[in-house]
Order: sequence, then C-alpha cells, then structure tokens
Amino acid sequence: MSTETPVGIVLVSHSRAVAEAVAELAVGLAGGGTTAPVAAAGGTPDGGLGTSSELIAGAAAEVDRGAGVAVLVDLGSAVLTVKSLLAEGDELPEGARLLDAPFVEGAVAAVVSASAGADLDAVEAAAVEAYSYRKV
Amino acid sequence: MSDQDSEPVLDVDFFRRWIGTAAASVEREADRLTELDSAIGDADHGSNLQRGFRAVTAELEKAAPETPGAVLILAGRQLISTVGGASGPLYGTLLRRTGKALGDSAEVTPARLAEALGEGVAAVAQLGGAKAGDKTMIDALEPAVAALGTSYAAAAAAAEEGAVATVPLQARKGRASYLGERSIGHQDPGATSSALLIAALAETAGEGSADAESAGA
Repeated sequence: MSTETPVGIVLVSHSRAVAEAVAELAVGLAGGGTTAPVAAAGGTPDGGLGTSSELIAGAAAEVDRGAGVAVLVDLGSAVLTVKSLLAEGDELPEGARLLDAPFVEGAVAAVVSASAGADLDAVEAAAVEAYSYRKV
Repeated sequence: MSDQDSEPVLDVDFFRRWIGTAAASVEREADRLTELDSAIGDADHGSNLQRGFRAVTAELEKAAPETPGAVLILAGRQLISTVGGASGPLYGTLLRRTGKALGDSAEVTPARLAEALGEGVAAVAQLGGAKAGDKTMIDALEPAVAALGTSYAAAAAAAEEGAVATVPLQARKGRASYLGERSIGHQDPGATSSALLIAALAETAGEGSADAESAGA
C-alpha cells in the first residue's frame, strides 16, 4: 500500500488559473511537511483556455519519480486529450493513469494520499471515492 | 473508383495530397465552422482546426513521411498537440488510428483504406463515447465509411448528408449537450468538418463531391 517513492500528481484543466489554484489547494490541505510532487497543466501554452498535450506531457515528466503518475482532469478536451495520449502515444511516462474522479475533491484526495505514501492503486481509490461523498 | 478497372493503389503522395486538400478546406471554411460552433459550442472549432492543420502542413513539409500510414500518424499527432480543443484528440485519434491500421506499406488499396478508416472511426466513437444520432462527428463519419465501398464520391455525399441530418438532433455529447433542447436546429460543427475531410478524400481521388451525380449509379 505504501511506497518509498511518491506517486506524482498531474492536474489538467482548461484554465491555467484553475489548475494552479487546485494544485495549491490540494498541497495546502495535505498539510505541512513534504508532499508528493504535483504539477498543474492548465490551458494552452499561450495562456488561453483549452488543453495542451505538451503541457500535460511536460507536467507528467516533471512529477514522475518511478512510482506512477495519477492524472486528474476537469472536462471535455482535457479528458479526451489525456485518454488519447494514453491510448495511442508514448508521450506520457510508463505508469501514468487517468483517474475517474471529481477534479477538486479528487485532487485533494490524491495529493493527501500520495503524500502519505500511498501507491498508485491506493491514490486512485482515494480519488475515485471522492465521488461518493454526497453534499446534500 | 470504377468497378471495371483493376484496383488503383494509393501511395504516400495520395495521402499527402488528401491531408493538404483537407487543410485547404479547413482554411476556406474556418469562419463557417466557427460560426456553427458559436451557436452550440464555444466558437473556436474553425480557428482550432485551422491552427491544427497549419501545423500539420508545416510538419509534413519538414518530416517528409515515406508511407501512407506515417503521413496519417504524423498528422494525427500534430492535431492532438496543437488544436487545443476536443477536436484535437478526436481528429488526432481518427488519423493516427487509421494510419496505424495501414501499417508500413508503401502503397495501399482503397479497400484497405476503407477498412483502416473504419477502425479510426470506431476509435473516435470509443474515445468520445458517442454513437450515431448523438449529433457528433460520428454522424458524418459512419455513413461515409459505409459508403466507401461504393465510391469516394458516394462517401463524400453520405458524410455531407449525415452532417446536414444533425440539424434536428439534440446534442448528447460535449459542451453542446448542456444546451439540451436548445441544441436542436443547428448543424453540428464536428460533423460538418468531418464531411470536409471526406470531401477532401473524394477530391484527391478525382471524384469531387460537386460531381456527386456520378456516385452510386
């Protein structure tokens, strides 16, 4: 369940601001100390709204420590871009995985669990479980 | 393609011309695609595809791929990296999967292309989770692939018909689906650009969709 090297987390949003803010939130909520590596891949390279496979691949490479990379996405082209990179290409590191999880809650769960030493399966389970937390 | 003649083979030059013709169609129709997208999407389909196909054209010049499959794989990869919207991974998957299905052959038969394109379209449907009638690219691409056995012109006509037939549909995928019934009455931009891609194929084969009366028969 736990590993020496941390799972890396990549947060993909249509908006650079959203991806960076969610990364900041998740790291903040993971508490002090060392957290798992987190990288935001938001918007297009010129700062517009959209999805960039280059930013995603760069972020995944940046957080890859060899224990796998968990990728969380917001919607639309973010989902499709990551899925097509995983299905067709070699742009993402070995062990990269798209998590079926809500973006904000899933990111917090992933960063908290990865920072506590959870392996990729456990990080995925924590992030997916965020769907089951009802608000009403 | 004529039934009487021996089957022509399609070489790397044919595929370069196809993609080049598609790029020219996107340039010509970019404003119309964006206008369609402003009705039910986020008003960037034309400009996104324009950016993508310009990058494809530049890369084809530079890299000079040597097989039909390599042309499509390169084009697909460029679209995924440069489009920035959902059409990037969707068209990228279409071309890349079709290219992979063609393998390393220097020349392919039209029948082989039809089969490979079928695989590409299936991959797009799987990626987006869309099926016929959801008001997406699939509504133009599936009928086109089905008609490819007849002629390229028939495929182009089927794609165009499929695109026009998205007008009364309610969108079930993508951003347009958030509009619910308000998506009815507008032609789907993705189905429209898909019809351009198939029309470019017919034009490359010397069966422009303008001469569609030669289709079927």
